[in-house]
Amino acid sequence: MSLRAEYRPFHEPWHAQIFALTVHLNEQGHFDWKDWSKVFSGALSSKGSKELIINDDDYYLIWLKTLEEFLGETVKIQSDEIIQYFQDWRAAFLNTPHGQPVKLENLSAD
Amino acid sequence: MPHDVEKHSHSLLPSDPELKVKALETALVKRGLIDPAALDEIIDTYQNKIGPKNGATIIAKALLDKNFKKALIDDPMQILEKHGFLGRQGEHIKVVENTPEIHNIVVCTLCSCYPWPLLGIPPTWYKSDEYRSRVVREPRKCLSEFGVTLPKNTKVRVWDSTAEIRYLVLPILPDKYKDFDEEHLSEIISRDAMIGTALIGDPS
Repeated sequence: MSLRAEYRPFHEPWHAQIFALTVHLNEQGHFDWKDWSKVFSGALSSKGSKELIINDDDYYLIWLKTLEEFLGETVKIQSDEIIQYFQDWRAAFLNTPHGQPVKLENLSAD
Repeated sequence: MPHDVEKHSHSLLPSDPELKVKALETALVKRGLIDPAALDEIIDTYQNKIGPKNGATIIAKALLDKNFKKALIDDPMQILEKHGFLGRQGEHIKVVENTPEIHNIVVCTLCSCYPWPLLGIPPTWYKSDEYRSRVVREPRKCLSEFGVTLPKNTKVRVWDSTAEIRYLVLPILPDKYKDFDEEHLSEIISRDAMIGTALIGDPS
């Protein structure tokens, strides 16, 4: 009998990625964990009643949104910069033939 | 577009949050603020190296060795350091012992503070609004929903974790497991038993 097999820390790769990114930035000294924790708790308590956390997607969506705003203040990454890269990645996926590695250089379909 | 590629055969488009995370990572890498290899290392650590088995190792030892138990309760950080279980979000850990009089349960009502070096990443329910709000108000009812029924005279104490202090429950060792050795005992101590929402031997 063993109860160890159940441990499943991340349900989606992006949950793991945003978690690791936050931990890494903290360890690089870009912010204190206590400050992040305070901002994240604030976001959790002030969210609307329609944003209840029932699964990990709900939880990490709030984490992601909060982190974006937090990084605007701490490392001065602006939202228009993120939007641009978001669109670039989207275009790269749409323009990369299936089975090939998706890179940001694959922005156009020529 | 190359002639041998059909019109709709592009790579599968990730969801918006996935693309958003990639965008954020790209912005940070371009500024030299993060190292993608370090992210992989962190993920690997929490997926493969850290998890509830760390906590179970310590708890099993404490349940079988009275002196070790006393030392763990009196000065947990010294013991955890000796076993290599210090680390992120484990700077201040308090071990709370269950007794026939008191049953302890851990929550983080504000967010999801948790003893990472001992239990890894918290389960979904620990992060849910329902658990965080209800366990303080009606702990006994929550426990019964987890399948735990306590004797009437056992009081329930709820510990609210913070960024400064995190808790680990030292459960009661049922008589039927008293002959187990440390290794076998550690295998039946579940994550939930160390959060306080299960007893030793309960599947969770």
